[in-house]
Parts: sequence; structure tokens; C-alpha cells
Amino acid sequence: MISPTTEEMVTITLNGKEVEVPTGINAVEAAALHGQEVPHYCYHPKLSVAGNCRMCLVEMGTPMRDRSTGEAIFEEDGSPKIGWVPKPVIGCATNVSPGMHLRTESDLVSECREGIMEFLLVNHPLDCPICDQAGECRLQEFATDYGRGYSRYIERKNVKPKRTRLGPRVTLDDERCILCSRCIRFSQEVAKDDVLGFVDRGSFSTLTCFPGKELANNYSLNTVDICPVGALTSTDFRFKMRVWFLKETKSICTESSAGCNTIVSSREGVIQRITPRRNDLVNDTWMTDSGRDLYKSVRSESRILRPSVNGNDLPLKDVVSSAVDCLRGEKIGFVVSCHSSLEEQMLAKRLVSLTNAQTFICGHFGDDDGILLSADRSPNLRGALVTGLIDQYPNDNLADLNDAISKGNIETVFVFDEDLILSGVSKENLQKVSMVYLGTHSNNSSRLADVVLPGLSVFEKNGSFVNRSFIAQAFEMSVPGPAGIKSQVEVLTDIISKLSEEEGISSDLDEVWDIFNSHNQSVLAGTKFSNLKKVSVPIDGSSWSHLNFVEKTALNYHPIESEPK
Amino acid sequence: MIDWLPDNIWFSVGLKVFFALVMVGAVMTMAGYSVLAERKVSAWMQGRVGPNRTVLPFIEYIPFFGPLLKKLGIFQPLADGLKFLFKEEIVPGHVNKFYYYLAPLIALVPALTTMTVLPFGQLYWSDGSVSTLALADLEVGILFVFAVSSLGVYGIALAGWSSNNKYSFLGGIRSSAQMISYELAMGLSLLPVFLWVSVPGAQESGLSISGIANSQEGAAWLFMVQPISALIFLIALFAETNRLPFDMPESETDLVGGFHTEYGSFKFGIFFVAEYAHIVIGSALFVLLFLGGWHFLPFMQDPWPSNWVGSLLGVGWFLGKTFFLIFFFIWIRWTLPRFRYDQVMQLGWTKLLPLALANLIVYVLIVTLIDQTASLPL
Amino acid sequence: MAKTVVLERKPLSLSERTYLPQIVTGLKTTFTNMFKPKVTLQYPEEKPFIPKNYRGVPTLVKDPNGREKCVSCQLCEFVCPPKAIRITPGSVPDDQEDREHVEKAPQEFEINMLRCIYCGYCQEVCPEEAIFLQEQYSSSGYTREEMINNKQKLYELGGTLPDHHYKWDKKKEAELDGNAH
Repeated sequence: MISPTTEEMVTITLNGKEVEVPTGINAVEAAALHGQEVPHYCYHPKLSVAGNCRMCLVEMGTPMRDRSTGEAIFEEDGSPKIGWVPKPVIGCATNVSPGMHLRTESDLVSECREGIMEFLLVNHPLDCPICDQAGECRLQEFATDYGRGYSRYIERKNVKPKRTRLGPRVTLDDERCILCSRCIRFSQEVAKDDVLGFVDRGSFSTLTCFPGKELANNYSLNTVDICPVGALTSTDFRFKMRVWFLKETKSICTESSAGCNTIVSSREGVIQRITPRRNDLVNDTWMTDSGRDLYKSVRSESRILRPSVNGNDLPLKDVVSSAVDCLRGEKIGFVVSCHSSLEEQMLAKRLVSLTNAQTFICGHFGDDDGILLSADRSPNLRGALVTGLIDQYPNDNLADLNDAISKGNIETVFVFDEDLILSGVSKENLQKVSMVYLGTHSNNSSRLADVVLPGLSVFEKNGSFVNRSFIAQAFEMSVPGPAGIKSQVEVLTDIISKLSEEEGISSDLDEVWDIFNSHNQSVLAGTKFSNLKKVSVPIDGSSWSHLNFVEKTALNYHPIESEPK
Repeated sequence: MIDWLPDNIWFSVGLKVFFALVMVGAVMTMAGYSVLAERKVSAWMQGRVGPNRTVLPFIEYIPFFGPLLKKLGIFQPLADGLKFLFKEEIVPGHVNKFYYYLAPLIALVPALTTMTVLPFGQLYWSDGSVSTLALADLEVGILFVFAVSSLGVYGIALAGWSSNNKYSFLGGIRSSAQMISYELAMGLSLLPVFLWVSVPGAQESGLSISGIANSQEGAAWLFMVQPISALIFLIALFAETNRLPFDMPESETDLVGGFHTEYGSFKFGIFFVAEYAHIVIGSALFVLLFLGGWHFLPFMQDPWPSNWVGSLLGVGWFLGKTFFLIFFFIWIRWTLPRFRYDQVMQLGWTKLLPLALANLIVYVLIVTLIDQTASLPL
Repeated sequence: MAKTVVLERKPLSLSERTYLPQIVTGLKTTFTNMFKPKVTLQYPEEKPFIPKNYRGVPTLVKDPNGREKCVSCQLCEFVCPPKAIRITPGSVPDDQEDREHVEKAPQEFEINMLRCIYCGYCQEVCPEEAIFLQEQYSSSGYTREEMINNKQKLYELGGTLPDHHYKWDKKKEAELDGNAH
């Protein structure tokens, strides 16, 4: 793993031009920083350097010095004479040093690339029409960019096993493999589950699982992402859709508080797959397999598609009015959610203060795998803290709400997305109170609700989350929501404007931020949604360092030592 | 003449009505088949086949005849007429309803009225007397024809105006302007004819159409004696009947459909029939005035006997000439492009009118000269 | 710059100015045309001659062994300018012994003939030579749905065309021969 050790810069000469690059990076990265692509297969910025594909060959040299005197030697025109290494070197394993000269565009380099491409293509099958990688395949791209354009190979190509099942989610086509070993290194270094390896020699080399093992860990699909060719394919996405049809939008994984950055690929309003998006502060270039399955909930049968009052479908306007009527009473309890976006929590805060309600929240916890699946299984618990919706770390149940209802202190509950029965509120108690439910999917307690307001899932709306490292990140709408359903932010603004009898409250996310920031003193001051859309913003979480966060040390995350204040 | 028939006013009126109906039927049928001729001739001239699918039930199975009639499209006018009848009656909301409905009638009625004075043959009685076959053989037939046929333009102008549509309106305006421009030349072109026919010694009155036709028996046809008049009359006839190259009121390239843009179904059908009735009558008139009417050939006595056979042959000969002229109308249409409106006006006022005047003066001089010579004592 | 040459027009003679001789020439032309052979085709009875490279209705073809050639690579769907093609990709069922190794085949293949513009890009782009615009030129229907050709219809229209490569058979052969190891 090569990463800049310090912020120091060194000067190198890239293709005859002097450029500044950080110390310690390799030639591939240095060239990329200055717009020169050095093609590579085995090198991956987040994995160790293997140097076995030889695609990144570049020419390297240093200014010559006289051995006896140590004086610099000059050309006749006065420029320093460069001593080029006689053979090209691999860019991925060549770290920059001061005064180094690099050539990435010379004749020798392009000849090398052409030769390497020819060798790689010798045994590569002509599978592009049926290969899922086609369209995002490095081999395809580099063959057109640097290849010779025709084949001189007339012998029969090697035959290797196709459709090998490596694990429950990964299928291997060995013929397509170019033996870059990225997947092996990933399994060893990131997933810490050493199951893959090469067997046999020479052109018979074959990727395989170790006997009796399979690639079943929760990060196995990352091997599919980093595979530069179509050898490793996702069993779920296999033969589903060609990648050139996919519209890609930036999103955030909602599986846990790790907040992996993702790309949601959809075609014509149907999500086809979720892949990780590189963010060196959060998830590097990885995400969990389980997080990739979350899009399936968008089309699940339990989706709430119509607003209703007491089981009767009514127009949204009327249902909002009924919800407002419910909130006009006294003894109101709000069950807010760590699954709501920051903006929804801001509006919930406003609604809570408008109705003088009590706030309840329920945490969702699980095991921490120390990588990208944290113990806190909600994307935005810290958002509830940051917006001031809650000030204590939540339990994993709603026993206090149950008590309050039993004692008669709560007569109306407004629920965001939570299953109250699952969180320990008894059915009898729920039947006692009037309930407004605002959420995407129905559950046992939402079926008891008097007023049901449908909402949009994370893939159908804009918003932002605060992850476990207190980094605020935005997600964007990937697909349109079901017909006629408004986003939670719009529904909440409707309710607020009816309740406060104030006209023209905007549901624009930036204005939600502005209003929130003007009414509250919070660490969110000075930023807004459109800023987050461009880049994720770390916010100051030190005021909550006394809380007992459940997350353990993991990739890019170190828990703040809790110190009692 | 018809002295064996009962001398009853009702009977004679009834007979006239019957003859009138027969005439209307004949002219309408000819108009209908002119449409077919138009389509067939245009198709042939353009290398096409033309209507060749319509056939009545069973007729198709008659050997040889059935397929031939089908191929010639003989039943097409029937289908076209039925189509006009059964089409949906659409009246645009913006039209002036009364005049809108009135216009097609005004266009058709004059066309049908003119034919009452058109003679179409001679009847040879057994006692040797000869009478002209016509509904009403007026002494001033030609004046009647001019007077009534000019009324047809009211239909077009009215249609253009009541449609409340700029294209229709332009079509109507153009039509009236064209009618006025060419009516003059037309009238002037005929004056020498009357002068010529009425020279002393001629027994017939000059304004009777049958008289003019009969004056050409065994003598030169009038288009030989008066070629300029014939030419001007023919051109003006094209203009009066709104035929290409003078179809200004319709000119579909610049006026959509001209005066009948807003007309559909049977109302349009009436305009259509009126137009072709005009052509039929115009052709017949030209034949009568310049092509010897029902007489055989110039400078030749009629070869047919003076009995009913001769009558029939005469009528047939007349119809043949008329058909040729109808064909000529069609032929011209598919040969010449349409004039521009200003060209039409220029031709009418600056070319045809002076020419007609000059023609008249020349013939006045000639006829006077001949008269003088004739009256001089020999 | 090109030089403009103004050509003097010859003054018209008197007969030319009356236009009558010209009209007579025109009449002669149209009259002789009446007797020339007709070019009209009596369509439903007489069919036009279809040249070999005619671009008719796009169809899916099978190879001479009656196997489907399309592997649902969706390139035609991608290249189709009016977006007339819609493919649902799928895998070849395991029980098809001689095609199982091809792995991919269309589950559904629809061409909307109301959208198709007969450009032939799909035929040009197809890497498997599975889609051809053949001689079929007349397609009609009473509903919009009828005008969408599904996979079955496309194969019916397409029939079988000769194959010059037998790409997948060669692949199978190589697989059966195997490697040295």
C-alpha cells in the first residue's frame, strides 16, 4: 500500500516537464496527478504492489554524475545529461525521488504496452458480447488505447474452467483472468480472509479457492469490483444489464454508521446494482456485500404506496390534514429515527418544539466486523445528536415510550420509520394511542397507525447523513419514487406550515439547512446540503465524546477515547 | 308539329319537365364521366393506370366484358358519388351557415340552366320539316348562355366569403376578378361571329345558337373563318370554367383548396359536379359555335339520311365532337402549368381584350366591305 | 471569386411570344405519353422485386442447426437510434447441451416496429450475426401491441441463414479437446 508519508513535495521531470508531486507516491500516481495515464492492471491504490502485470512499464532515469568527481555531467547544449535505465521499469513499484526523470509516452513505452497487451490477449477469450465487464473492462479499454489492433495468434486459445462458483455471490470465469492477483491481495489484506490463490504454472495458471474454502466473506463482491477484466462476476448482477445503459448517481450506504460512499446504477428508474465509490476518509474503495442488496427493498411488497387514514386511501392533502389534527392535541410523543436524513431530523426537531412533544429514539445495533460494518446499524444516529434531536445515546428499545403510554403521559405518537412493537412497545398500548406513521415500508406497528404517510427511500430522495467519524455526506436521488409520493421533507414542511399556519415554507434542502442554522447553535453552522453534495464535510464531534459509542476500531475509524466530563 | 299529341297545357308542361329531367340526367352523367376521364387520362399521361378496381357485384364474372369495364374504371363515378353522399357532414364552426349552404347550389344551378338552350341535334320529320333538338331553342340563346353562366361565379364568391377563411376568400375574389376579365374578351370574340353569320343573305338570326350551328352546314366551320375569335373564345372558356392553366380560385399550391377549402362531403361534391358540368356545357358551346355543331365535316353535306337514323347519327356526331373537346380540356390541364395570378390578369386585360377588339374592328371592316360589295348593283 | 457572366437572352420571335407552338409541343409530349407502357405496380397482386441487400423488417435468425444465435449483448439496443429494441437478457438453461457453454441468451427480445426506422445499425453492430434486416417489408396490425415483435415472432420472421463461422461450435470443440493439463 503506497500512500504519501508526509506532505512534502519533490520535483520530478515527467515527459520532459518539471512537476511537483508528494514524496513517497509511485510513478503511476505521480503521472496520474499530472494528467498522464499509465495503464495498469495489478496495481490498485489501496492494495499492496505486486508488479506482475507489467502493463505500467515506464522509462526512468536520473541526472548523470561523474563517478570519480561526483560532478554533474552536461550535454553539449548545457542541459544535464540523463542516465536512463536501460530497460523500462514498472511504474507501480517505482517511487518518486527528487530529480527523477520519467517517460510515459516514449516509443519504447508504447512498444512495451503493445507487447504486454498482445501477451494478455493471447489466451483471452472473445467473450465480450456475453461478458458482464464489457463497457467497464480495463482490458477492453487498454486494448483499444494501447493494443496493436489485430491478433497475430493463430493457434487455439487455452481452455480453462468457466462458471466456477467461488462463493455464494461470486462466479469465476478463469479464461478471462489475466492473473493480476488483485483479488488474492484484497482477500488477504482488506477482508483478512485468505481463500484465493493461483494453481498451476505458466499459461495454465488458474485462480481458485483453497481446498475446502470458498469466497463467502461479506466483502467478496469487492473482488468483482477490482477485477480489471470479467473474470470475477457478481452472481446477482450476472447477465442482468450491460453497464453502458446504467445511470450512475452518488449515494450513501444505509447499512451501518460506517456510511460507505456508493454509486447506485439504475436504468429507467430501476436500480440494477450498487458499487462502492472511493472516499479515502471513509471506505477507501470498498463496501460490504450486504449493503449492495439494500436496493431490493425499493420494490418490496411491504412498500407503502398510498397515504391512508384508518385504512382508507385518501388524497395526500387530506391525510396530511388528519396528521395535523392528531398533532394539535396534547401529550404527544415523537419517535424519531436514526434512519432519517439530517434534513428530516432538522424538520422533526422543529415539529417537536412546535408541539411541545417528548422525543423517543431507538438504536439499532449488531456485531462490529472491524472493517465497514459497524455495530451501529443505522446510518444517521450521530445526525440525531448533531441536530439536537436527542442528547443521550439511545438504547436498543423504546421501553420508556411504553411506560409513558401505560402511565397515560402520551396519547399521540408520531413515528418515523420505526417498528414500535419490535422495539418493545406492547400492542395494547399502541391501540390506546392515536398514531401517525411516516415511513417507506409497512410493519406490524404501522398497520395499527391511524394516519399513514408514505415516504421515499434513500434511493429516491436527496439528503445527507453523518457517519461514525462525524463526517457529513450527501446522497442524491437515483430513481424516481413511486407515483404520487412526496419526500419526507416535503410532507414534514406541509405539516409544519399547516400546524404553524405559516405560508410558503420551502422544502428545498438548502433552505431547510438555513432555517435550522438560524434557529439553532450547532456544529452544522456554515454548511449546507449543496456543499455536501460536492464533498463530504467532517464536522466537530468532540462535544459528544463522553457518549458511549458502540463502534470499534475499524477501517478509517478510531473511536474517540471516552472521557467523563 | 306534335299534333297527334293531346293539346293539354298540363301535358305539355309535364313533357317539358320530363325532357328537362332527361337533359339534367344526361349532363350530370357526362359530368360524372368527365371526372373519370380526367382521372384516366391524367393517369395515362403520367404512365399510371388510373382507377381500375371498382366493380359492381357479379359484373366482374361476365367473361371479357366484366374485367374490361373494371379495368376502365367504368363504375368509379358511382363509387365516388356514393362516397360523397355517405361522408360525414362537417360544417366548420366559423362559417356563415346560410350562405355557406347556399353557395354550392348557386354554383350548380346556372350550370344546369344553361343547358336548356343548348341544341344538340336536328329532328327530321316525315313531312320533310326539320326542327332543332333543344329544350328551348331561344332566338337569343347565346345571350342567355352568357347571362346565366356568369351567375355561377356568385356561387364561388359566396363560398369564399361565407367560409370565413382567408384562403377561401382569396379564392372567391380571384374567381370574380377572373370572371370579369375574361367575360369581356369572350363576349367581344363572339361579336365577329354574329356579324359574319348575319351577313345579308343569311336567313338565320345571328343570336340563335342553332342558327350559328346550321350556318356551318356544307360551308367552312367558323373556326376556319374566324381563327382569332375561336382562339380567344377557347382561352376565355378555360378561364371561365376555372380550368388549368386558369384555376386561380382553387390553386391548391397557394390557397390550400381555394374557395372550397372549408367544404366537405356532398357540398363539395356539388361544386365538383358544377365544375365539370361547366366543362361539358362549355365544350358543347364551342362545338356549336366553331366546330359545326352536329354537321359532319366542313364543306360537306351531312352524309346521313333525313330521317330518325340521321337524327341519331347527328346527335352522336355532336356528342363525339363534345367528347373530343372535353378530352382537350383534360389534355391541356395535364400539359400546362398554372399561371400566376398577375399573369392571368395581364393576359386577360392587356393581351386578349385588345386582340378581341382589334379582331372585331377587322371583321367589322371586312363584313362592311363584303356588305358594300354585295349591295352594289352588279 | 467566381466571375458573374450575364448572358444576353435571345429576343423571342413572334411565334414564340404567342407561346402557341410551345403549347402544341407540350400537348404532343403528353399525348405520346398516353401510349407508353405504364409503370404502376398493381401492388397486392404484383410484388415488387426485392434486391439482395434490401433493408426490411429486422429479424432474428437461427444458425443452420436451428440454434438461436443472439447472445443478448444488447449492442443493438444501445446503437438503435429510435430506441426500438428492448432486450431482457438471460442465461442459457443448463439442459441445452449444445448451447449451454454460450451461457447468455435473450429471455425476451422486442422490436417495436412503430419506432423502427429500418436503418440497419442493429445488423451492422451485431457481433454474433444474429439480427438481419431481411426482405420482409410489409407489417401491419390493428393495435400498438401487435406492432411490437417479440422474440418468437422475430425468429419466425427470421428463419435460418447460413453461418460462416460456427464460433461457439469451435469453442465447444476446444473445450472438449481440453488443455494438456
